[in-house]
Amino acid sequence: MHIHWQDYPLGQFFDELIGPDGQARSYAQGLLNYLSTHTREELEARKAIAELSIKEMGITFTVYTEAEGSIDRSWPFDIIPRLIPKKEWDAVEAGLKQRVKALNMFIDDIYHDQKIIKDGVFPGELLKNSTNFRPECVGVSPARGIWAHICGSDLVRDGDGTIYVLEDNLRVPSGVSYMLENRSVMKRVFPELFEKLSVQPVDDYCSQLFDMLTSLSPRPQDAPEIVVLTPGIFNSAYFEHSYLAQQMGCELVEGRDLVVTDDDCVYMRTVDGLQRVDVIYRRIDDLFLDPEAFKPDSMLGVPGLMRAWKKGNVALANAPGAGVADDKVVYAFVPEMIEYYLGEKCLLPNVPTYRCMYEEERKYVLAHLDELVVKPANESGGYGMMIGPKATKKEREHFAKLIKKDPRNYIAQPTLALSTVPTLVNKALEPRHVDLRPFILSGEHTSVTMGGLTRVALRKGSLVVNSSQGGGSKDTWIIEEDA
Amino acid sequence: MLARVAETLYWMARYLERAENMARLINVNTNLIYDTPKKTVLGWKPLIEITGMQADYDQRHSDYAESTVLKYLIKDADSPVSIANSLQWARENARTIRDVIPREAWEQINGLNLFAKENMQQAFTVSKRFSYLSQVILRNQTITGLLSGTMNQDQGYVFLKLGRNLERSDMTSRIIDVRSANLFAEDTLEQHPFENIQWMSVLKSLTAYQMYRQSMQARIRRDDVMKFLFQSRKFPRAIVYCLGQMRECIEQLPPCPTALAQLDALEKLVLEADLKRCPPKKLHQFVDQIQVFLSDIHVILSDQYFLSGRLRASNGG
Repeated sequence: MHIHWQDYPLGQFFDELIGPDGQARSYAQGLLNYLSTHTREELEARKAIAELSIKEMGITFTVYTEAEGSIDRSWPFDIIPRLIPKKEWDAVEAGLKQRVKALNMFIDDIYHDQKIIKDGVFPGELLKNSTNFRPECVGVSPARGIWAHICGSDLVRDGDGTIYVLEDNLRVPSGVSYMLENRSVMKRVFPELFEKLSVQPVDDYCSQLFDMLTSLSPRPQDAPEIVVLTPGIFNSAYFEHSYLAQQMGCELVEGRDLVVTDDDCVYMRTVDGLQRVDVIYRRIDDLFLDPEAFKPDSMLGVPGLMRAWKKGNVALANAPGAGVADDKVVYAFVPEMIEYYLGEKCLLPNVPTYRCMYEEERKYVLAHLDELVVKPANESGGYGMMIGPKATKKEREHFAKLIKKDPRNYIAQPTLALSTVPTLVNKALEPRHVDLRPFILSGEHTSVTMGGLTRVALRKGSLVVNSSQGGGSKDTWIIEEDA
Repeated sequence: MLARVAETLYWMARYLERAENMARLINVNTNLIYDTPKKTVLGWKPLIEITGMQADYDQRHSDYAESTVLKYLIKDADSPVSIANSLQWARENARTIRDVIPREAWEQINGLNLFAKENMQQAFTVSKRFSYLSQVILRNQTITGLLSGTMNQDQGYVFLKLGRNLERSDMTSRIIDVRSANLFAEDTLEQHPFENIQWMSVLKSLTAYQMYRQSMQARIRRDDVMKFLFQSRKFPRAIVYCLGQMRECIEQLPPCPTALAQLDALEKLVLEADLKRCPPKKLHQFVDQIQVFLSDIHVILSDQYFLSGRLRASNGG
């Protein structure tokens, strides 16, 4: 039986491929026509090719369980791509560049003169209990004034079709390797489609990353030694660390491979002895970077690394302390930051956000707990959240108490009707909710990935896209229409 | 090259080579059993002795039945010498340094590990065992070929080659040892035809039969076979050849005179050994001596070049 799109159970959500009339969106026409020449069995066979490729290519993510310890699992992947027309993407790209530029200016300002606080645009008391503000970074001037060199912003599309920024990940955002691997899997699964449609390539990310890191070197005259610093093979993103080092041709180092000597320079231990390191793309959290400066019991870090960084003898990407702008309360001020630093209107909207620190907004939140999603400021990965419509009365009362006790630590947002994409489930195509994480690189130039990593909640009705909790991913195609 | 990465490449190569040679070792014993007069019972116990795992084996098992020994040498995840275990470690090591080896090589190593696990049952069906083990060998050869054909021949490759040759010479000595463990009383004339056939199967298990013929231009005779497998400078699985490869490798690295001196001494020992009509017991001792030398060389290399050795040295002052 062939695929009939009229059987697709389109929900009341915005679907990325199918319009509200049940017809293919113009930019998805080519893909959908092609898919409908397939029977369900043929699609299933393509899926098998994808699964085999993923297994053979060893695309994995690591899950830690009490019983089995650390195991690496095959990456869950759906073969139906998510499409975005190039014209729409160009606007998103401009919005992301604007946003990251302002965020970097904000971080640099916070660690220097704090003009934005003095001018009354940003409340200074927010820094006092920010868990990601690092007093150790005050007064440090990283190359080009850039702190968040690699940013992963999560985007969602609401029921009316508007794309919102849900959060910015400025510490050690991950996922880009899966974006790249998804594309290489898709080329094995649907080679014909890449001949037919003009899908924008994503493959240049690693060379852009390399160029960006090169532009940070404290010794620009020489070919800089760039390394990727990983916590090690048991980290859930180890696959990605190794992948990026491989694609850039850099050394993948662990803390024990590096040493800071009396000259406050960083060296790696090689077969030939010590060798100077110029740029470190670190994938270790701030607090584990340097046991001399932060957690003294960190086994992952390098003693003296902060010393070397402050002296300007080594570049760290992202810079320590960049996470100060990663905070969900700080997020709520991004539109103000853009106006303050750039004198521009914010191009890419934030999800409407209520800041519990302000009495008016807090009152609203407390009165509408059953409609809102409440999030603590400094947690990521969905921890410590309350989803109002799904919470019990007891949970809502609990959160009301938490908010009153520490209002600065909470924000609330309306529940969004996340958009869907057709997904192959039990040989049939059904809508599943998705988000999108593009990556923005800032160095000498700023660049944005063509699309990003589309994560999909594989369980029916679920909004959880995390791979550790039943989420998967899709390839993301930026499509040039009529090209 | 990072000291830690050098160490990982070295171990990855050792584990791959170990898995391949274990497959060869099992094939040679299977063949020996087929080629032996039915009244003689050779059995599988010698394989356990030869891999040096007697004590560990005895703790877990109480018999030397074919299925028990094969399970230990092929399948058991907690047997330190099993093919499954070696391939798992080769894969884990490769995974740590995926950034260093060519992508295709990683895919092959990962694929070999999957293949070996998914088809393991074949090794326990007599009619399928040979083809299963041959696949393990062939896929290993593919990996070796891929690495030599697509990887920069830099320091990293030198460590890989070093690990491979050290493991290979060790395993070749063990394969010869299987044969000597099964030797009959030497002067029983009626056994001679079988003995030659058995040496032929040792050669074949090392893919050495044709090369032996070309190189030695002699009939299959015990003394000539030994000479070939121990002392050939031409055959890539012969011990002296492997030692030569190791020397070439070490000479390309920052100086390590102690390793070279040990290598000299070992080469001298092997070249000067009198292998003519060597009684089985003496042969076994000789093979032991080679293995002790090789393990010394490993320790010297590790202290000199590897992260584990470096950190030991810097902690010790």
